[in-house]
This record gives sequence, structure tokens and C-alpha cells, in this order.
Amino acid sequence: MTSPPISMSTEAFAGWPPPALTSAGPFAAPLVTLSWGVFAMAAVVLLIVIAALVLALFGREDLKAKIGNQRLIWYAGLAFPVVVLSALLIWGLSLTSALTGEPEPGEMRVRVTGEMWWWRVAYLNPEGGEAGAVQSANEVRIPVGEPVTFELESADVIHSFWVPRLGPKLDMIPGRTNILRLQADEAGTYGGQCAEYCGGPHALMGLVVVAMPRDEFDAWMAEQGEAAAAPTDALAAQGLEVFQDNGCGACHVVRGAPGASGLAGPDLTHVGSRRTIGAGILPNNRGTLAGWIADSQGIKPGNRMPSYTTLSGDELQAVAAYLDGLE
Amino acid sequence: MNGTGATGMVLMALALAACSGAGETRTRAVPSGDPERGLRIMNEVGCGSCHAIPGIDWPQGRVGPPLSGMGGRALIGSGLPNRPETLIPYLMNAPVADPGSAMPPMPISEEEARDIAAYLYEH
Repeated sequence: MTSPPISMSTEAFAGWPPPALTSAGPFAAPLVTLSWGVFAMAAVVLLIVIAALVLALFGREDLKAKIGNQRLIWYAGLAFPVVVLSALLIWGLSLTSALTGEPEPGEMRVRVTGEMWWWRVAYLNPEGGEAGAVQSANEVRIPVGEPVTFELESADVIHSFWVPRLGPKLDMIPGRTNILRLQADEAGTYGGQCAEYCGGPHALMGLVVVAMPRDEFDAWMAEQGEAAAAPTDALAAQGLEVFQDNGCGACHVVRGAPGASGLAGPDLTHVGSRRTIGAGILPNNRGTLAGWIADSQGIKPGNRMPSYTTLSGDELQAVAAYLDGLE
Repeated sequence: MNGTGATGMVLMALALAACSGAGETRTRAVPSGDPERGLRIMNEVGCGSCHAIPGIDWPQGRVGPPLSGMGGRALIGSGLPNRPETLIPYLMNAPVADPGSAMPPMPISEEEARDIAAYLYEH
């Protein structure tokens, strides 16, 4: 008996029909229509070709002579594809023209930066800058029923941002800002995945988009803007000490914790409120946090975080409790 | 001796033989648990982050012990007897069940822990 991997990123593609064909918003719906249209057309053409082949092999002599006719080759081999493919091109371009429309003024903007092998997330301020912006990683929350503009960038190599149920995939190219708009019509969690091979653990570079009602979203955003809460129990307090003694702050920001200001890895100020760790690949709880810290290289080989093999079981318990409490 | 008594004796003998455990590879079970659900819960909770578990392809964690052959293992954690009534609380809240354990408390209910135990004892 084999089980599905627990990776959130693979969940984004599980089931039948694949989620890429079950759209959840206006920026994905045209792609589903187009996909089925292309499938249907390809199926018709395939049937015609097979019929011609069967006829050529087993048909009556006079029919064979007919399909060997040079005129038929001009019609069916040249004119027919030119007409059909041109029609498809025009239909496809008009269907997808809405996907590349200009963002509306005042639309919420999120900057997502692809890094090897995770996603840096910044909820931009009304001026479109990062000053005072809430920082997160591997999870983007959006209000239901509103278009959101994503500014897609890359810190290293080419990645591709793809949340199949919400919209098209778009490359993240170093030195460029690509604009993608997504909208979720229903509250829920939508899996995403890096869709451009970016080396090493590329397959384990997933993310989740969580769509929530506007009032819940506003409350959530207000909480995210606050600094990390101080540990409330002895175990979490010990965890903060472990976090500081082992230099976790050299790579991770925890706003409110002295010395935790590193920018190499994900911002952990509210890591306890995220659904996943390891870039969309593991559920987020004390057990997975401890396992990730002790042996992230065993779980996601090649990722930039070293395995902390020097920590004792007690220290792992404590630091996992501390991070879990950063909600 | 009547027929019912003889049947009772045979059943008693069989039960004693089962208890002896000699040559048995699997002596533990949780009949009230649903092993299939147990596997699903382990996937959802991410037990594989730390443990290699039969039936879970990825991840196969190396932080804690592999969980194959649990039905035949004598001890769990830092030395608790391996029995359903020790394993189930251990799965839920290891630091309380076994203060020497490195395993953090897990977000699962007793019923879920029972299902997981049922799965582990079967594989």
C-alpha cells in the first residue's frame, strides 16, 4: 500500500480532474475553457487522422485512391490546419486577454520573490513599497472575491509562480518584475508550486494561498503587523534562549526578539500562524518544527538551512514550542 | 464433562498459547482502531518528518527511530513497555507520558492516536 506524499505542493495537483481544470476564480476560468477547447479539437483531429489511416490500410481500392488524391493533401493537410489553428489562436488570445489587464487603482499588492527554494512574501503598503510591510513566507493570504496583484521577482534563478486553481503560471525572472493578478471566489486553501526547474529541491518548493472573508482578512493582517509576542511559558522562554544561543537570528527575522534580524531565510515573526513549513511541504506543528530543525537536510536535501544536529531533545522541544507559539 | 466445558477448555488453551508469544512476530494490536485512518492522520500531521514509516514514501525522517515492526518491539521511548495503553498517550503527548523523550506533543486526539497505534502495530 502506498500513500500520497504529504507535500502540500503535490496536493495542489492531486485528484481528477486535476485542480488545474477546476478553476476557483476569474483569472483561471478562461484557461480551463481554453484547455477543454484544445482537448476537444485535438480529439476531433485525431479521430479524422485515424479514420484516414484505417481507410488507407484496409479501405476499398476506390476510396484509397480518393485519399491519395493530391487535392485532398492541399485541403486537409494545409488549408484545414491553417484555418483551424488560426481560429484557435484568435479564440485563445481573446479568451486570455483579460488575464493581462492592468491592475485597478488601490488593488492590494503582494510582492513574492522566488528564492532557492522558497517564496519570500511582502504585503506592500499603499504606496507600493515595503516600508512597514508585513513580511511572510510560503503562504499568501488574500481576501475572497477581490483581485490581488502579485509582483513576481526572483532573487537568484528563474522560478515560476503557479497556483493552478487561481490563475496562469508566470515566470519569476531575475532583474524583472512580472505582474500577475489572482482572485479566489471562495474561501479556502489553494496549493501552488514552483513550475520552472530551479535546481536541487525544486520539486519541494511549494506554497499555499489562503483566501478568507474580508473582515477575517483585515483582522489577520492587523495581527501580522504586530511584533512577536513574548514567550508565555517556561518551555517557550527556554526555546527563545535556544533560538538566540544557536544564532537562528542570523538568518531569520523575529520582530520583537533581540538580534533576530537575518534576511537570508523566511521571516518567522508569526511562523506559528502559517499552515506549512519547509515551503509548503510539511504541516506546521511542534513535531514537524522539531524534525525540520534537527534534520532539514534529510527532509529537503540541499536546502539552505543546515540540520541542527547539536541540539538535544530538550532543546528541540523548547525551540519548537517557542516557534509554535509565534502566532 | 459436557460439550460446552470441553470447548471452553480448548479456547482457554488457545488463549494461553497466544499469550506465551513464543515465535510470534506480532503480539500487539489495537482492534478498536482504524489502521487506514491512522496512516492518513500520520500523513496529515507529518510524522514522517522524524520517522521512517512503512507506507509513507516521503519524507522518511531520520530524527527518531523508524517505526516498522512496532508490533514486535518490547520498549518505546526511553524505556516504557510497548503496550496500547502506553503507546497511545505517548503518541499524543510524549513529554508527559515519558519525560525523557525528545518527541514533542502532537496535535492529535485520543481516537486519532488509537488509529495510528492500530496501524503501527499492523506494520
